[in-house]
Amino acid sequence: MAKPVARRNCRNHSNYWAFAVHRISGVVLVLYLPVHFYVIGLAIKSEAALQSFFSLAENPLVRLAETILIITFVIHVTGGLRLLLIEFLAWRDWQKTVIAVSGGISLAVGLVFLFNVF
Amino acid sequence: MSVVHPVATVANGGAPGSTGGDGTNHKLDVSIWRGGKNGRFVSYGITLRESQTVLDVVTYIQRHVDSTLSYRFSCRVGMCGSCAMTVNGVSRWTCRTHVSEVVKDGRLEIAPLSGLEVVKDLSVDMTGFFEKWTRAKGAFVPGPGPSRDFAVVSPDSPQRRKVDAAIECIGCGVCYAACDVVSWNDDYLGPAALNRAWTLYNDVRDAGNDKRLAAVAGNVGCLSCHSQQSCVKWCPKHLNPTASIAGLKRATVKAALAGRL
Amino acid sequence: MKVRTETLLWLAQRLSAMVLVVGAIVHVSTNIYAVRGGLTAAEIIDRVHGSTAWLAFYLVFAAVAAIHGPLGLRTVLNEMTPVRGRAADLVALVLGVGILWLGWRAAFGLFG
Ligand code: SF4
Ligand code: SF4
Ligand code: FES
Repeated sequence: MAKPVARRNCRNHSNYWAFAVHRISGVVLVLYLPVHFYVIGLAIKSEAALQSFFSLAENPLVRLAETILIITFVIHVTGGLRLLLIEFLAWRDWQKTVIAVSGGISLAVGLVFLFNVF
Repeated sequence: MSVVHPVATVANGGAPGSTGGDGTNHKLDVSIWRGGKNGRFVSYGITLRESQTVLDVVTYIQRHVDSTLSYRFSCRVGMCGSCAMTVNGVSRWTCRTHVSEVVKDGRLEIAPLSGLEVVKDLSVDMTGFFEKWTRAKGAFVPGPGPSRDFAVVSPDSPQRRKVDAAIECIGCGVCYAACDVVSWNDDYLGPAALNRAWTLYNDVRDAGNDKRLAAVAGNVGCLSCHSQQSCVKWCPKHLNPTASIAGLKRATVKAALAGRL
Repeated sequence: MKVRTETLLWLAQRLSAMVLVVGAIVHVSTNIYAVRGGLTAAEIIDRVHGSTAWLAFYLVFAAVAAIHGPLGLRTVLNEMTPVRGRAADLVALVLGVGILWLGWRAAFGLFG
């Protein structure tokens, strides 16, 4: 494609940001998934191996990282639900609301997790 | 790079009416892309008049400052779709865009439409854009045999309503230039061509849907759209190509499952 | 790739997404409950150990994740990196098999 000669600034609107968040969270999650499964898979060896890993997770920084991962996950799921609604249902003019709801749910879940974990 | 044109700063017409709405002169710093793809921005200082559109400004500069400036327009009233340019980074139809809506700090940057090869200055080669309409089977295909009578299509029928919602496209290319997927994937047909295919898909008189669905399916077509909706955001006719593309997604999936693809 | 295959892969990505939405609700809510007062390995193993229902849930959950994630990454690679076409297919395939293997291994590990 012809390279644009000037900067382009067509992306600053809510649906584009929702796309960007969905893409970034998706890539993070797909890379995290094997790590997550590997850790849980430690249970195959012994409960102690898994527990020693969880003890490592006592560290507040690790807890924070976990919370961020949960928010990333929920934001990807709720944002993905929004895409499924757009793609599989006839068009309605409610996307902005869905983006807000998706963001809201993700934050709420993250906070609940945070309060539970500490 | 930006340089000041030697004869750039001129009074705008000089008539008593050449003032802003509040009676003062509004200076406007206009940067315009000059040359082909290796060109540069040249800046022109002009005085803004009341209610000027971006196209008015370009025309003014071409008539009074530098007659070698190339750009394209025809109807000036938002019907022909030939005047689209990149204005302060956003693709716009320039004949219906008032300077006051888009000006930032007294500055206007006007570049050719992105996504297409620059011919010269503000004119781009639209061939690639319209070729994709052809590839998307964007032309009506009559059924076999001569039609004996007028086709009666009720305005309330669901299919006709779907066509109505998408038919007013003027082919300006604004959506095409705004779409990220177009810039990522050379072969992506883009919002306008797919929107056009959707109107024909819902046209009860048309007989070309098998070939059309095959043409708009897959990664060159509707499945590559990520519903970013920059097309919806900037389409000057307030169409919704994303909704049309979602319709095509459902139609192509059905066809694939039924073995018709 | 043939248009029909592409379309079916797209559909697989969307269908797996639908299953993942349901699975995610179950997974996130049980885990928010589980982490109360600290996460312990015993707690998780106790829940899943010997439970065919949980085993089935995790086997399906891991399988759809192994479909959904790599297909998504494949699209991103094709659109935003020089890894395209066959190369992207290969990355997605290897990642998918890897995720499936690690996921099932974990599920069976917890089951006991
Ligand atoms: S919604 Fe689809 S066609 Fe429209 S700008 Fe986004 S990717 Fe392009
Ligand atoms: S869909 Fe809208 S933006 Fe795109 S070419 Fe048609 S009128 Fe222009
Ligand atoms: S000049 Fe015809 S649409 Fe602008």
